Amino acid sequence: MLDVRLYLLQRLSAMVMAPLVLGHIAMMIYAVQDGLSATEILSRTQGSWLWALFYGTFVLAVSVHAAIGLRVIVFETSGLRNRALTVFTWAVFAGLLYPGIQAVYAVTAS
Amino acid sequence: MIRPHRSHPLWYAFLLHRLSGLALAIFLPFHFYVLALALTEPDRFGELIEWVEYPMVKFAEFGLVFLLAVHFFGGLRLIALEFLPWSPLQKTYAAIAASAAFLIASTFFLSAI
Repeated sequence: MLDVRLYLLQRLSAMVMAPLVLGHIAMMIYAVQDGLSATEILSRTQGSWLWALFYGTFVLAVSVHAAIGLRVIVFETSGLRNRALTVFTWAVFAGLLYPGIQAVYAVTAS
Repeated sequence: MIRPHRSHPLWYAFLLHRLSGLALAIFLPFHFYVLALALTEPDRFGELIEWVEYPMVKFAEFGLVFLLAVHFFGGLRLIALEFLPWSPLQKTYAAIAASAAFLIASTFFLSAI
């Protein structure tokens, strides 16, 4: 179940991610051409503020988006309601944001 | 039993969007876990990245990129439906719907007074 704020937040996070998803797909197609290696990935991302900002924004937006999306699925398929649903939403948000930021830091910190 | 509405193309559009979103949400923690290893266990990170050479992993990646792309386009469709201005024909239909409702309500009202 979504109130207006959650609905708008879901659409806003989607609009933020639209160009990021395109960039991510383009990057994957470009990077995978000669096979992937740890050195190749890290040489591109380490020490780059631009990639840190790109992936940091991506992680924040996807954490919001997935938390609200899973909230809808859980609401429609289980008996979870009210406070339990709110706790679930926040748990998904934090459960993606924290490791996501860790991952961005791991590949962009120099 | 398959109910009639579930054979409608829009049902598949909804289902594809929901399933791809769910699958991507389940995939993300693993994605983040592997990347975070770059800092904590660089050797393990290197090993896992080399998995991409296996054909099965390449095929799984194809699946993931498909899920991401299909969720992206499904999302664009939703946003276009909800936020783009209506076409002239859609406005006409909406005006017809409102006028017809007004006509019916007026008929009732005229009978009531």
